[in-house]
Amino acid sequence: MAADTRDFERLSVESATVVRHQSAWARVRANGSVRIGGSVLAVLVLIALIAPWLGTVDPSLFDPASRDLLPGRAGEITTLDGDAIPHTFWMGSDSFGRDIYSRVIYGTRVSLIVGLATAVVSVAFGVLFGLLAGYVRWLDGPLMRVMDGVMSIPAILIAISLVALWKGSLLTVVVAIAIPEIPRVTRLVRSLVLTVREEPYVEAAVSLGTPTWKIMLRHILPNTVAPLIVQGTFIAASGILVEAILSFLGVGLPPDIPTWGNVMAEGRAQFNDFPHNIFFPGIFLAVTVLAINILGDGLRDTLDPKMARRG
Amino acid sequence: MLAFLGRRLLSTIPVLVIVSVLVFLMLRLTPGDPAAVLAGDQASPDQIAQIRTHLGLDRSIVEQYLIWAGQMLRGDLGESFFYKTEVATLIAQRLEPTLSLALVTILLAVAVAVPLGVIAAWRTGGWLDRALMGFSVLGFSVPVFVLAYLMIWLVSLKLGWLPVQGYQRLSGGVGPWLRHLTLPALTLSLIYIALIARVTRASVLETLGEDYIRTARAKGLPESKVLMRHALANAAVPIATVIGIGIALLIGGVVVTESVYAIPGLGRLTVDAVLARDFPTIQGVILFFSIVYVLVNLLVDLSYVFFDPRIRY
Repeated sequence: MAADTRDFERLSVESATVVRHQSAWARVRANGSVRIGGSVLAVLVLIALIAPWLGTVDPSLFDPASRDLLPGRAGEITTLDGDAIPHTFWMGSDSFGRDIYSRVIYGTRVSLIVGLATAVVSVAFGVLFGLLAGYVRWLDGPLMRVMDGVMSIPAILIAISLVALWKGSLLTVVVAIAIPEIPRVTRLVRSLVLTVREEPYVEAAVSLGTPTWKIMLRHILPNTVAPLIVQGTFIAASGILVEAILSFLGVGLPPDIPTWGNVMAEGRAQFNDFPHNIFFPGIFLAVTVLAINILGDGLRDTLDPKMARRG
Repeated sequence: MLAFLGRRLLSTIPVLVIVSVLVFLMLRLTPGDPAAVLAGDQASPDQIAQIRTHLGLDRSIVEQYLIWAGQMLRGDLGESFFYKTEVATLIAQRLEPTLSLALVTILLAVAVAVPLGVIAAWRTGGWLDRALMGFSVLGFSVPVFVLAYLMIWLVSLKLGWLPVQGYQRLSGGVGPWLRHLTLPALTLSLIYIALIARVTRASVLETLGEDYIRTARAKGLPESKVLMRHALANAAVPIATVIGIGIALLIGGVVVTESVYAIPGLGRLTVDAVLARDFPTIQGVILFFSIVYVLVNLLVDLSYVFFDPRIRY
């Protein structure tokens, strides 16, 4: 009888933890915003993955014979080997005779990579600096003052001047977009560390002589995961937006790389006659950023209720 | 109050020093000779040597910073090799369009966003509230230049109501000035409206739950008075804060908006300078914008005293 009760207790404790884990995940999955944003994002990821099989041609292939076509025009495009293949220009063509549809579809790849990479880079550095500031007392002041300084310079200005100095490539663009985002992550992680380090279990770990790095890794870092996923999602959305702005202004990725911003930049000169050169990539861009922002809102509501209440 | 003002003004100095160090390091930590970068691609070896001595590039990095900071403090932002003028003069010339655009945008955004936010909070869960929350997510997601082109296409090209591009100085009359600013300000204000309306809604919603609101209603005060006099007045501090923080968004938006609408302001200057790799100008504009941002937020801090008499310094 006594043994039975103990077994039962053990079982209930186990199942309680299991249930809690499930419910966090189940809450996320059941959330409407997560479903809508996540589904649209999944479709975009799929588009990026199977871009070559979506009726596209080489996005940098230009055919002078099919310049400035209106959307939906069926014609043919001449490949580099000189073969003319039948092709429908669903979104028209630009003034070099490149297929806008192919450029927009392939642009999905660039945007999603930039978004993901920006989020990963800024979260990684933000976690590093946040842990240092929250845990190493003498570093806190200087580090946070530097972060205040970075936050006082408008993000786009940091990004465009860094890209101008370094010259545009995927790496420099990602780093330049990530740098102004780092202070926000740092502040978030630091404030979480300051709260968590006062918890009894951290005190217990300290009194047991656990090394600092282990406390950070085992006890503090796991507490930051949920807010960081939320923050990372929003950073990815704004990273995609900033990359498009940089490319649009002509200071982002080199013009031969098919990005939405580049397609729009090339469409500027002929906007009066061919507004679709800007609108098609613009719609893709807006839908992508919207989907990620909606996903982020849903994740925030389910994973990080404290932040959700703050508005 | 005066003592507080002095203290608060002094407290911005460390931030400004750090900003200046960051801007300074941005150029010095880039591979290559800073003098050559500052002089531009077409500079002669003599010019480069002249810049090198002017900046004291043969000395230690700390001395270099002090020389540079001294020049900046005296208003000597260097000379643009692209425009062949002093950067300070260049900024002064481009100030009016940007200032006009920013002011009209802020006024428009506050005038639209605050009432929307208050009504949304008043009728939480109602159709306006939902529409506003949906709109605000949209506002953060639609890129400002896509919106700009959509506006140009619809309002200027299809309907022919407003001029497509350009800027008219205020000295040429308020009418033309405003006509040219309307579209850019509408475009730029969208994200700002989204931001301010969201925060207004959240903070008014919070004050509406307070006891004094119930008291005000119980004593038979009309609902408009309850909302304006009690709810909004007590929610003003977060709203003022977000307007201040939003200036950073606004500056980013100005850079893009001015490029699309061909407004010869500081944003356009920034982009042109970046495209020409004109570093003295880039450096000057970044410093200028950052100082403006810090000072605006100082003003916002000071406004707390006005909005909330409980805050005393």
